[in-house]
Amino acid sequence: MQKLYAKLNKLFPLGELTCQRENLAFVTVSREHLRSVLLHLRDLEGFRHLVLLTAVDWIEEGAFQLTYLLSDRTEGRDIGLRVMLSREDAAMETIHDIWPTAATYQRELREMFGIDFPDSPGVNEEFVLEGWVDIPPNRRDFDTKKFAEENFGQRPGRETRDPANHMKEQLYPDGA
Amino acid sequence: MKEELKKRIIKGPDGFEFEVDPIRDYYCEARPAVEPPAYMKIVEDLFNWARAESLWILGFGTGCGAIEMRPLMTPRFDAYRFGVQWRPTPRQANLFIISGYLSVKTLKRAIRSYEQMQNPKYVIGLGSCTINGGMYWDSYNTVKRLDDYLPVDLYIAGCMPRPEALLAGFEELKRIIRAGEGEGANRYAENFDWYKANQKRVIHDWDMPDYNW
Amino acid sequence: MSYHFQPDRSQYPQKKADGTLDIDLASGKYLKLWQGPQHPGITGNMSVELTVCGDEVVEGKTHVGYLHRGFEKLMERRTFIQCFPIVCRVCVPEPDFNEYCYAAAVEELAGIESPERANWIRTLILEMGRINSYLMYLGGQAGSFGMGVIGQWTTYARDLMLDRFEELTGARIYHMFILPGGVRDGLPEGFEKRMEETLLEIESTLGDVYDVMFCNAVFKKRAVGVGFIDPELIDPYGVTGPNARAAGVASDVRKDQPYLVYPELDFEPVIGQDSDIYARADVRRRDTLVSIDLVRQMLAKMPRTGPLMAKIPNVLHWKIPRGETYIRGECSRGEYGYYLVTDGSGYPRRVNVRGPSYTHAVALLERLIVNLDIADVAGLMVSLHTYPPEIER
Ligand code: SF4
Repeated sequence: MQKLYAKLNKLFPLGELTCQRENLAFVTVSREHLRSVLLHLRDLEGFRHLVLLTAVDWIEEGAFQLTYLLSDRTEGRDIGLRVMLSREDAAMETIHDIWPTAATYQRELREMFGIDFPDSPGVNEEFVLEGWVDIPPNRRDFDTKKFAEENFGQRPGRETRDPANHMKEQLYPDGA
Repeated sequence: MKEELKKRIIKGPDGFEFEVDPIRDYYCEARPAVEPPAYMKIVEDLFNWARAESLWILGFGTGCGAIEMRPLMTPRFDAYRFGVQWRPTPRQANLFIISGYLSVKTLKRAIRSYEQMQNPKYVIGLGSCTINGGMYWDSYNTVKRLDDYLPVDLYIAGCMPRPEALLAGFEELKRIIRAGEGEGANRYAENFDWYKANQKRVIHDWDMPDYNW
Repeated sequence: MSYHFQPDRSQYPQKKADGTLDIDLASGKYLKLWQGPQHPGITGNMSVELTVCGDEVVEGKTHVGYLHRGFEKLMERRTFIQCFPIVCRVCVPEPDFNEYCYAAAVEELAGIESPERANWIRTLILEMGRINSYLMYLGGQAGSFGMGVIGQWTTYARDLMLDRFEELTGARIYHMFILPGGVRDGLPEGFEKRMEETLLEIESTLGDVYDVMFCNAVFKKRAVGVGFIDPELIDPYGVTGPNARAAGVASDVRKDQPYLVYPELDFEPVIGQDSDIYARADVRRRDTLVSIDLVRQMLAKMPRTGPLMAKIPNVLHWKIPRGETYIRGECSRGEYGYYLVTDGSGYPRRVNVRGPSYTHAVALLERLIVNLDIADVAGLMVSLHTYPPEIER
């Protein structure tokens, strides 16, 4: 993985590298270079399988992290490309022409995170939700508990306990 | 609203143009009616006995619980000996088993399927998800109380309930029907406005007629 | 008007200049048909919106989301140990992969090593789950072509396996057995003997299934040559598991990136070549036999003593430093993976489930469904072995 990183770094300016296991590493890539890095990895390095495309919401840093995970099946190694996007008007170039399945992932990201992928086929159609009215549900600032309480009728009698406090009271009643 | 549900002008084969509003024109607008019991108690009892002995289930698995239905159809548990069988269409079924959590999207389909079933009809809620939301109590996409939206006759608790629990549930439902208490369809007709208001509160894009036969 | 057989269906319907299909619904030549969600020929709870011309499908669109519960959101507000009982609900016929992938991801980020004996038991459970899932598939595949009796047999055989699960874990479907750090318990007494009986029974069922289904002229007529996945499509469409192996691509995570105790077991991934419905069914049938063999090997080699749980910190105050990882396993439908991101707090920052059906049921199905007969749609869908809950979670 270090070798691959060194090789790639000569061609593209890359961000930091995290080696998670000997066959899995994550690299930060800037947005402009993503496409060429993807094509390079796919065509020349054998990473031909797009495992997943997903997003992480780092709300404190005001950024979305997009993760493109590619896999090289013959060598049995994976590389994850991290792309940081700003949370305001998040949008990203589509890669559905490199991997047709990416269109599905992009449709989901559009719906669950509100990240736009212009020109991706069907990206604005509803994917899993129907008639959604609130902010995209997988964003960190969406509070699912509050939404559920306001939107759905609840059956009375449900008790919710904080597990830490509850265990403490059960096991050490006199506050040890 | 979907394209095909919008009002539009259609040109007939003879060149005559007319306007259609699919939601109003393609469906009957009549509301469900309460079905009075037969004129004599003994006849009604006979009917109820007959109804109890032929529970035909709509084959619509709405949640994880559906996986325990398959073993019920095989010789090991053999639900057929209780007069229970599975039907593919709502028109032939009179028991709707909501087998677990209902997402809002499925709720819409479940309501339609329920309304298309013939009277008398019964609903069983299977699993804790239908009772109070179960482990998805804080999920933004599943309903928490089934009886707000459909008239439930019986709940079977568990996560997930075993096939034996389902068999016991069928026996209990039969007892309820024989005692003349399986009046879900009538309750639905009586409190129609209440049910509809609840349903419309969670389904934000209501694009179907209020009652569909 | 006589019916003209059109030998080359692929030219219809015509395409417009911009590459979209030339379908004019108002002409009365085409019809929109919804298959699902309330349809017995559907695998799980999804639907396909078909545009048909006569008996031929010209366009298909998958609609999912009927089972969406928002798992990924729910896990963000549960502590690491609270996530453990809900992850298995992601996928019903084979829940153990969720438990394993989640547990392994948490272990890796927290720097915990699960003990040797726990790894053996984990592998055993995963293989037992695989047998279950394949048995269910075989019944479904036969059922989709009108052979209901095979479903009865395989469901019966699966029930026997569920009994073994019950003995081992205490539950039939959701076992909640593989928790971060190890497994909950060892094998019960006399388990090997009863397991052997079950395996013999399943083998004999599979023999019957082979005779009645795979040698059946009707099944062959309907399944051979239908739903062909071009090996070229494997990579662009992210096809994994038996669907890829039936196309002659030896992609098996158990061999490519061995996990748990697979390096110590002796097996060869099953490869098919025709890549049609029949080949996929056959690959899965032979794979079941491989799994049965693996279970036997494991029961013979497994260590009987040793710790079952590694030491994990107090789960109520369990914090995991910032990091991200991806864990994959080969489930019966393909590559199953968990992408876990932690941020140093007591809650996961993000969990993403990569179900194999995600690509199979949407992009691939939409492509394969074109120019099929309506009656074959159900068979094709089952043959991809899609399972909706893992698409939408
Ligand atoms: S009660 Fe349990 S098994 Fe049933 S639908 Fe809910 S989570 Fe699934």
